[in-house]
Amino acid sequence: KCLFHTEGLFKPEKKKKKNFDMKNAVIGNNRQKANLIVLGAVPRLLYLLQQSSSSLELRTECAVVLGSLSMGTENNIKSLVDCHIIPALLQGLLCSDLIFIEACLRCLRTIFISPVTPVQLLYTDPTVIPHLMSLLSRSQHTQEYITQIFAHCCKTPEHQTVLFNHGAIQNIAPLLISPSYKVRMQALKCFSVLAYENAQVSMTLVNVLVDGEQLSQVFVRMMQRDKPIEMQLTAAKCLTYMCRAGAIRTDDNCIVLKTLPCLVRMCSKERLLEERVEGAETLAYLMEPDIELQRIASVTDHLVSMLADYFKYPSSVSAITDIKRLDHDLKHAHELRQAAFKLYASLGSNDEDIRKKITETENMMDRIVSGLSESSIKVRLAAVRCLHSLSRSVQQLRTSFHDHAVWKPLMKLLQNAPDEVLVMASSTLCNLLLEFSPSKEPILESGVIELLCSLTQSDSPALRVNGIWALMNMAFQADQKVKVEIVQALGTEQLFRLLSDPDTNVLMKTLGLLRNLLSTRPHIDQIMSSHGKQIMQAVTLILEGEHSIEVKEQTLCILANIADGNTAKELIMTNDDMLQKIKYYMGHSNVKLQLAATFCISNLIWNEEDGSQERQDKLREMGFVDILHKLTQASDPNLCDRAKTAMQQYLA
Amino acid sequence: MEKSYWVFIERTRVILTFMLAYKYASLQCSIAIFDVKNTYKTSEELILAIHLLQQDLQPLLAGLTFKELFTLLTLGAGSLLTGDPAFNYQEHELNERLKRLYPAVNEEETPLPRSWSPKDKYSYIGLSQNNLRVHYKGHGKNHKDAASVRATHPIPAACGIYYFEVKIVSKGRDGYMGIGLSAQGDNMNRLPGWDKHSYGYHGDDGHSFCSSGTGQPYGPTFTTGDVIGCCVNLINNTCFYTKNGHSLGNKLSALSFCPCLSFQPNLYPTVGLQTPGEIVDANFGQQPFVFDIEDYMSEWRAKIHSMIARFPIGERLGDWQAVLQNMVSSYLVHHGYCATAMTFARATETMIQEDQTSIKNRQRIQKLVLAGRVGEAIDATQQLYPGLLEHDPNLLFMLKCRQFVEMVNGTDSEVRCFSARSPKSQDSYPGSPNLSPRHGATNAHLHNTGADSPTCSNGVTPTNKNKSHNKYTGVSSASASSSPSSSPSSVNYSESNSTDSTKSQPHSATSNQETSDSEMEIEAEHYSNGVTESSTRIMNGTYKHQEILQADDNSVDDSCSSRQLCGGNQAATERMIQFGRELQALSEQLCRQYGKNATHKKMLQDAFSLLAYSDPWNCPVGQQLDPMQREAICSALNSAILESQNLPKQPPLMLALGQATECVQLMAKVRSGSCSFARVDNFLH
Repeated sequence: KCLFHTEGLFKPEKKKKKNFDMKNAVIGNNRQKANLIVLGAVPRLLYLLQQSSSSLELRTECAVVLGSLSMGTENNIKSLVDCHIIPALLQGLLCSDLIFIEACLRCLRTIFISPVTPVQLLYTDPTVIPHLMSLLSRSQHTQEYITQIFAHCCKTPEHQTVLFNHGAIQNIAPLLISPSYKVRMQALKCFSVLAYENAQVSMTLVNVLVDGEQLSQVFVRMMQRDKPIEMQLTAAKCLTYMCRAGAIRTDDNCIVLKTLPCLVRMCSKERLLEERVEGAETLAYLMEPDIELQRIASVTDHLVSMLADYFKYPSSVSAITDIKRLDHDLKHAHELRQAAFKLYASLGSNDEDIRKKITETENMMDRIVSGLSESSIKVRLAAVRCLHSLSRSVQQLRTSFHDHAVWKPLMKLLQNAPDEVLVMASSTLCNLLLEFSPSKEPILESGVIELLCSLTQSDSPALRVNGIWALMNMAFQADQKVKVEIVQALGTEQLFRLLSDPDTNVLMKTLGLLRNLLSTRPHIDQIMSSHGKQIMQAVTLILEGEHSIEVKEQTLCILANIADGNTAKELIMTNDDMLQKIKYYMGHSNVKLQLAATFCISNLIWNEEDGSQERQDKLREMGFVDILHKLTQASDPNLCDRAKTAMQQYLA
Repeated sequence: MEKSYWVFIERTRVILTFMLAYKYASLQCSIAIFDVKNTYKTSEELILAIHLLQQDLQPLLAGLTFKELFTLLTLGAGSLLTGDPAFNYQEHELNERLKRLYPAVNEEETPLPRSWSPKDKYSYIGLSQNNLRVHYKGHGKNHKDAASVRATHPIPAACGIYYFEVKIVSKGRDGYMGIGLSAQGDNMNRLPGWDKHSYGYHGDDGHSFCSSGTGQPYGPTFTTGDVIGCCVNLINNTCFYTKNGHSLGNKLSALSFCPCLSFQPNLYPTVGLQTPGEIVDANFGQQPFVFDIEDYMSEWRAKIHSMIARFPIGERLGDWQAVLQNMVSSYLVHHGYCATAMTFARATETMIQEDQTSIKNRQRIQKLVLAGRVGEAIDATQQLYPGLLEHDPNLLFMLKCRQFVEMVNGTDSEVRCFSARSPKSQDSYPGSPNLSPRHGATNAHLHNTGADSPTCSNGVTPTNKNKSHNKYTGVSSASASSSPSSSPSSVNYSESNSTDSTKSQPHSATSNQETSDSEMEIEAEHYSNGVTESSTRIMNGTYKHQEILQADDNSVDDSCSSRQLCGGNQAATERMIQFGRELQALSEQLCRQYGKNATHKKMLQDAFSLLAYSDPWNCPVGQQLDPMQREAICSALNSAILESQNLPKQPPLMLALGQATECVQLMAKVRSGSCSFARVDNFLH
């Protein structure tokens, strides 16, 4: 039967009739659609569509049939795209007949909103976008289809720029007050994708007037509670993106009193699972950088306990009663969990009280712990983000983190995970290794040092920072044994490689590690006796290099620590070059550096130690006393005190 | 110095008055009008004020709000003004806001809370600032020193959703403040929430107390500067609080807590204080709320509307359609829209119970009554439905009374026949402005859509119509746009009546239009009347209605002041007097037969009183002469005829409407909050 249909297409006199039959045959029947495609109808239809000699009616029918075919399965769309349907249809848009244009657009819309279609195809021909913009004025249908295409095909900053440069904002803004709901909705979606992380678009949007009204007010109206949920949610997204891009202040009423409550409502149990996911994710994004919004959200509509419901899918009831429901729940369960974790992470990122509230939510820590080992990477990532956010709390580190042994799954997670998870997990580990954290001991025993050292060799600067940071925390006031273990595992070579790391953060944390390693006299002497030469070299290098004040200060502090050692002192005293450097920094314009350098000298001339007299003499000869004397007149009280203390060593 | 000061004050006054008059005249702010009258005797002065505003003091005014200017005025020249305009203004704001928020509340029955009650409070509570500010004046040693105050009135259930806010002016010593609800009779020596039927959100710990001495963790604490709101949802019987415009939620979960308000006595807004220095200000609508309560309400309105729209009819879909068709059809038949009813029946393939002639007869009688030709209507009724009026002497008496009134009016045929200038004709109904029948509220809509309203189809003969339309095209089209049935009749009026009424033609057209507009606004009254059985109540309804329209009618009357008793004809007047005697006799006879009837007596008195005035149209009882008064009697007669034919005397459509309206009112009485969002007139647009 189908063969007959396609054959008909080649006989001119029957074309129209056959086409018509074909249209009716394929509507709503995916198998027929696939059959037609297999039989090669598409190239024929495309040929007819492009033939300017065929009648408009026939060409329109062709576009309609193609549109119907595209409504089928993803495979159908793939075959259509493979037949180069997109350029053909885009070509069709140049025709002047509105009905034909609408048929082409409808088909293009269906193809472009499919996930299998490469969105880039919309941008290959630079004339397409401006032409689509010009078609926006033709009819409500063209408006609906075109805005829908834009909303789906704007995936990257480049796409945003292309659309922006072709006047997307001016062309689409008036559609927000279109009489057609579909047009309003698609236009709104366009703005949400255009504004996402795009300061240029967002800044332009705040100044746009629609019918004399500011765009943000139009969005606020679309968030009214009697509007459809989809509209409320998308409008809230637009305002969120505009706010995050810096176009709207976070204390603006339209954010504080409208967008935030609207997004909180989207998280309520009454909403569909998809809406709850989107609502929570958007809300997390909105308040991420702003503590005030976090505080407001944390008391709005019991958000913290409302989110606990996100973990109750699939519910035990759905499993028994309704297999369809179970399927639905299962599909969204991961999404719900990760969204909730994200929102908790955002809520707890700054405020101690909120963190406490979160950890006190029913089974929260257990949920995070099990989230860390879930199969879905998205959930694992979100869970570790949440854990990281909560780990900023000293109190939580001491209590719930320890009680639930979160370090165990965390360590497991670190074994082999993608980089983005690793970054979060290692960052959390940094906090868990803080000196006051009770988890520090068990983590140390689990052989974490090897792992952290391997992180410092990563290509990702974030991982290198976290690795060295964790080591730094670990070395803080640690036993000699641990310190030796760190130095051994890391290796001096790697240590010095890190000291020349292009990333300042890495450098700072490495210096921090050194400083922590070089604390308490016996440790200093021991490490300096084995690695003194290299360390002194590295210090020289940094002090001579182009580095920030903070780096130099940290380095001078290391020097001061070295000067505190019994034997290590000599490494400085015998190094005239180094002494000159210290002298230079004592006269530096930056107080912090002066202070650190003075500290160093003060350690060297400290009275009660062996050989202090000789050192004092030598340094006096080098003119340090004069400098110290001058510094006692310094305006900075700390520096003044420090210099006076040092001077007293001479007087005693 | 002194002088320039007064010049400034005077200027400010001038500007403010202008502002008031200009900007807020649309609000019909009574103060504004009052003040304009007092300050300016001539329009020149007003122009001067405009001048001042535009030239001298524009920079001064820039950035000042209306309210600020108002305060300025009262500060500078307060003594010069009577009353406290700032307060009046607030009062006005309050009324507007309450009306907007709670349109379903009938404040005559259930007044809304507007302030704290100076009577219903514990002695440790002090009130000030129009009873809106509450401060604590006790010792505040322990919880035994707690004190509360309730609002003047309980929250009416017809609110659906009720909301008020309290601003913490000062947290005092410890900030032990509670905001919430309580029932009358609850101990005032307590904070809200501690006792039975009371609910409160407390500032010191952020807990919610629900008829219990121990609170549940609910929200954040609150203190000086915070605005705390309490929202009562009488639809799902819950309550939630807000802080600084943010809902704190009422969703039940392990941690949070929701006071459930089911089976409650009337609840009053309540605040409680416990330590010295605590001061709070209430906002019952005097100012805009910080929380967007209207948005919250709109969600519930949408919810309830969609619930109604999605009410499941299940298997009975077919029945439903038949019922609806039947309703429409019977309504058309009831009011005698014969042709429309037939067309409708044909299109929907339904049957009409009454036969066509009967419908047409009723239609004819109704038209006679509405045209003011009651005598003819009585004759026709007696001829077509013998025995009907004899069995219903009340109706007959009412008709006769109306006939007498119409005689005064000069419209009844018994007096009209004396007038040479107004020939009695079957086709055109001359007389006073002949309005379309009002059978109830919906007729305005039906008239607009229906092709066959009585006055349109029969009231004007084709020839007449053409002629008059040519003559008064502008006028008739203007009124036709709002109520098609009224325009032809007003044209008739000018055709048949004397020259002076022709002069007033444009006026009557305008007034007709206005009447039909106001008719829409007060629809609700009609439904409730539609369902009532007794004709007196119908009359009362129309009476009230009439008062609203009085102003318009007066303007018509003014323009044709030469209107005369019985059309100014001596013979006619005599006939009227004679008829009056007959009526008196009938009344006495009825009195003997059935006993005294106060309604009849009143009716008769009112009718006869018309003769006591030189200009009956402009006398205290003059509204009887209004053609609109014919409608009540018209529908009573129609109902009686239908009843005599064993047909329902009320169209099912009106019954259903009336019933729905009554149901909604009943819902308010039994404290079912959704009634406020399920109002019948919401669905009649």
